[in-house]
Amino acid sequence: MNAMLSLENVSVSYGHIEAVRDVSLSVAPGQIVTIIGPNGAGKTTLMMAAMGLLPSSGTMRFEGVDLEGVEVERRVEMGMCLVPERRELFHDMSVGDNLLLGAFSRRDRGSVQDDIEDVFQRFPRLRERRRQAAGTLSGGERQMLALGRALMAKPRLLILDEPSLGLAPLIVREIFRIIASLRSLGISILLVEQNARAALETADIGYVLETGQISQSGASADLADDPGLIAAYLGGR
Amino acid sequence: MSFDIAAILAVDGVSNGAIYALVAIGTVLLFSVTRVMFVPFGDLAAFTALTLAALDGGKRPGTVALVAILAALAFSMEAFALLRAGRRRDLPKAALYYLLVPGVLAAIVGVAAPLHPPLPVRLLLALMAVTPIAPLLDRIVFRPVADAPVLLLLIIAVALHFALVGLGLLFFGPEGVRTEPLTSGSLEIFGTTISGQTVLIVVAALALSGLLYVCFDYTLVGKALRAVSSNRTGARLMGIRPARAGAIAYILGSVLAGVSGILIAPVNTIFYDSGFLIGLKAFVGAIIGGLYSYPGAALGALFVGLLESFASFESSSLKDVIVFSLLVPILMWRSIASLHLEEDDEE
Ligand SMILES: Nc1ncnc2c1ncn2[C@@H]1O[C@H](COP(=O)(O)OP(=O)(O)O)[C@@H](O)[C@H]1O
Ligand SMILES: [Mg+2]
Repeated sequence: MNAMLSLENVSVSYGHIEAVRDVSLSVAPGQIVTIIGPNGAGKTTLMMAAMGLLPSSGTMRFEGVDLEGVEVERRVEMGMCLVPERRELFHDMSVGDNLLLGAFSRRDRGSVQDDIEDVFQRFPRLRERRRQAAGTLSGGERQMLALGRALMAKPRLLILDEPSLGLAPLIVREIFRIIASLRSLGISILLVEQNARAALETADIGYVLETGQISQSGASADLADDPGLIAAYLGGR
Repeated sequence: MSFDIAAILAVDGVSNGAIYALVAIGTVLLFSVTRVMFVPFGDLAAFTALTLAALDGGKRPGTVALVAILAALAFSMEAFALLRAGRRRDLPKAALYYLLVPGVLAAIVGVAAPLHPPLPVRLLLALMAVTPIAPLLDRIVFRPVADAPVLLLLIIAVALHFALVGLGLLFFGPEGVRTEPLTSGSLEIFGTTISGQTVLIVVAALALSGLLYVCFDYTLVGKALRAVSSNRTGARLMGIRPARAGAIAYILGSVLAGVSGILIAPVNTIFYDSGFLIGLKAFVGAIIGGLYSYPGAALGALFVGLLESFASFESSSLKDVIVFSLLVPILMWRSIASLHLEEDDEE
């Protein structure tokens, strides 16, 4: 099978501390895959390693290409894009410029303005604030900008690290609705979440990461019905 | 001090300040993109003046050999790093950037020098000869320590400045130079005569800063440079390579420094080590401006120029002492102000 992204026995360490151990997972084209797990499980660490921001051992492939020694910027050019947990927006630059820079890695400069228009269609609030500095946005708007900026890169694989982190429930719903709507664009999504219920509702496949290792995996509908998981992560309902 | 004298000193100060401002703007640009306080931009200004003087005399400038040596060194380091990382296929690109482009620029200057081309061509040649130096030094000196703390980078930059002074003596010799004036006209405002050179200096400073402003606000490359200085990780995640942004910043900063060298050379005698005071005053101007603001750096540099001019009237031998000691309280105030700024920036 030709996976979009596949990780085999990936381990990531901070000095002597191994934060992620022997993780294997794969994302098929057009799939939404979620990784759930408690705070400190190593989810962010794994995503940073997948993007090349942290060194790791094991094998990673993107569309069959070995990512060994491939720098972050090259991975972006290949079609991977990460919306990091900390968003990493250009705070002193305008919303419009943030979006424009999202398309930096693209060769098709001609359609960039149309795509900014698409992002504004998807996130009308960003249109109102297009001239405002990104640093002046609210938490929800920042997440929308981070998502919009990533979409501007026209990725084939979008990695989202806790897109609902720190947002009000109403906005969380909106963000998940938007993520689900990306399915129609044919983008594969790797979604990291602590909000396990919403993540499993959105995704096709789920993995559970605990203290750096995958403890469970399967179709997200099955995971959502798992008694052990319900007790641990899904609020016991 | 009469009004007449004050006016003359002010004109002088503005003209010096505009020269420092060019270097200061480059310093701020480079610092914001790479976190390196590149003190040696002053040396590059001096090298440009020395190169132009050699070209004026129809001689091949020492810069040609200097660039050739630096290019060979930078390419060897890059090739070694690439081979060790198993990236053999990136070798041709590295050869283009580090060997071919600087080599061709140096060769053109070397060949054209004895032909004694007209002045505008000589100005261009001088800039072409000096511009590759900083990007090559970046590869040789700063790339291996790219993640070092700001203070260590500053210390390395200061050490590099001393190395460049040594290289300056080696490649240009100990003689001071003064190049031909670029204009001979003058104009009179409120009874004060302003030389054409001063007008040229101020106009050039304004034009170049305006150009830079347009480039930063309206071009994708300019915005990418701002993105790197705003958020390095965010920029990398959008496919913007900080090292490449750094190289562009080095080139822009070198052009600014080179132009300032061209502008100052007809007014002041320039020696191989004259870059130190230019660089230091630009550095101080940049710090007065808060290190992150281009207009701030330009105004800070202008202030240093004025201070210097009035200090030289009081005591010409002590002018630099006066300038730098007056700056101590200002720098203390700035460092306190910037501390507060950093606290505010935390999220
Ligand atoms: N920069 C770092 N240096 C050292 N340890 C870190 C660093 N970042 C995270 N860790 C540790 O790695 C583990 C996994 O963290 P993280 O990947 O952020 O988890 P998650 O995203 O699942 O909450 C935690 O124990 C955390 O303390
Ligand atoms: Mg995390």
